[in-house]
Amino acid sequence: MTAVLPSRPAERPAGGKLIDQFEYGLDAPICLTWELTYACNLACVHCLSSSGRRDPRELSTAEAEAVIDELQRMQVFYVNVGGGEPTVRPDFWHLLDYAIGHDVGVKFSTNGIKLDAARAQQLARTDYVDVQISLDGATAEVNDAVRGTGSFATATRALENLAEAGMKDFKVSVVVTRENAGQLDEFKALTDRYGAQLRITRFRPSGRGADVWDRLHPTQAQQRDLYSWLLANGDQVLTGDSFFHLSALGEALPGLNLCGAGRVVCLIDPVGDVYACPFAIHEQFLAGNVRSPGGFQQVWQHSELFADLRNPQTGGACTKCAHFDACRGGCMAAKFFTGLPLDGPDPECVQGYGETALAARDLELVTPRSHLDHSHKGPVRGQPTMLGLPSIPAKLCDESPLAGLPLS
Amino acid sequence: MRGVLIDGSPAPAVGQPVAGAVTDTAVPFDPAVPWRKSPSVALRPEPFGALVYHFGNRKLSFLKSKPLVAVVTALEAHPDVPSTLAACEVPEGQHRAYVTALATLARSQMIERRPEESA
Repeated sequence: MTAVLPSRPAERPAGGKLIDQFEYGLDAPICLTWELTYACNLACVHCLSSSGRRDPRELSTAEAEAVIDELQRMQVFYVNVGGGEPTVRPDFWHLLDYAIGHDVGVKFSTNGIKLDAARAQQLARTDYVDVQISLDGATAEVNDAVRGTGSFATATRALENLAEAGMKDFKVSVVVTRENAGQLDEFKALTDRYGAQLRITRFRPSGRGADVWDRLHPTQAQQRDLYSWLLANGDQVLTGDSFFHLSALGEALPGLNLCGAGRVVCLIDPVGDVYACPFAIHEQFLAGNVRSPGGFQQVWQHSELFADLRNPQTGGACTKCAHFDACRGGCMAAKFFTGLPLDGPDPECVQGYGETALAARDLELVTPRSHLDHSHKGPVRGQPTMLGLPSIPAKLCDESPLAGLPLS
Repeated sequence: MRGVLIDGSPAPAVGQPVAGAVTDTAVPFDPAVPWRKSPSVALRPEPFGALVYHFGNRKLSFLKSKPLVAVVTALEAHPDVPSTLAACEVPEGQHRAYVTALATLARSQMIERRPEESA
């Protein structure tokens, strides 16, 4: 399991820059992502966790409460809750209150399906909770192609409800793709209209994202535009520190320019498995399970995998690059799921080394796939059409069995 | 740091800044009055110092050395900053740097002026 990880020295230096300290890991994560369920009403083409169907082994309410107790003991001050669609768990609202009551703040991501006026008012009354509504297009056309018909309407209705309820500081969360990269100003305007805050994050080839990555990941030109846009607008926009690979274009972006996987962040998945990061649901990055003896703390502090991740990279092609200090080699998950070595360039390396590396891959190479897939097996209402891009060829029987047939 | 990972608006990391470093000109920090760690703030020990979290404004910050953690914790027990630094055996030559670090923490409300003790 550790063979592909770059070799590193093991001693933590005293003093020095904070980012260097972070590379050696913390006693508890700064924050972590917790996906409460694999169930989801949508079937987004780029879902990072291949969600859709609930897993029968998902943590029970009592087990989830025990995780929260443990996070409180470890002084993890907030968690990013997601899924799947977390609000479809019947105990979601209970767990939200439970976490807040135990000094664990919650920021949850939702497609908005359950955020009616009453829930919006409830959230507006609750301290210490943040809401992120996912939207991957500033227009219904762009959004619904990847998230499904009607999902733009659902999300904007939720935004309206939150704004009307007087909720403060809620977020619109956007995954930047080739299709929406040109809409950043529109996203900003839409977000401002609701009094919300814009959050944009990087699209990774994780989960079903791997299936559409070639078609949806931003082009080099888009990445340069995005970088300029972030430098101009960075103060008002959250990024989850996810674009640090762009820092190799010049000036460092604000935030933590470092892969935090297993060092300062991690993922707890719906069945309690702990992965190095939310974009790394693969056996290779599985550190343990919260149900095992010692719970989450044991996994975080003593797993072999995390120990391996907590050393600075000293070898590999990237360490010889002039920009290594800026991008630190980029995103581990992006490299892994595109079949690139972890100590080499990010597939979207802004210096172009990623493209070279992708082109040099063995033609026979089968890129790694997650062992998990909770995707819906049958059709889902509003199923995204993007899977058929460039466009689904119109079939004769689409509208009427007789449409288009020469009838004379 | 904004972030998946880590969003929010953490205050800048607080280390042992170069003596005399001026970072802000807003409200001047008065080391001669009593201070304390804000009651809304939690310190989480880390190998390099501590993670600081303010439950009120949800700001996250870091203390980059263990002696600084000791000083922040000890503020409450002393009438002013110089006596706190002396009690924590901070070498005289570093006092200015510590005052600068504490001023940064005061600006992000991680430490606050202690209400006047009743006589």
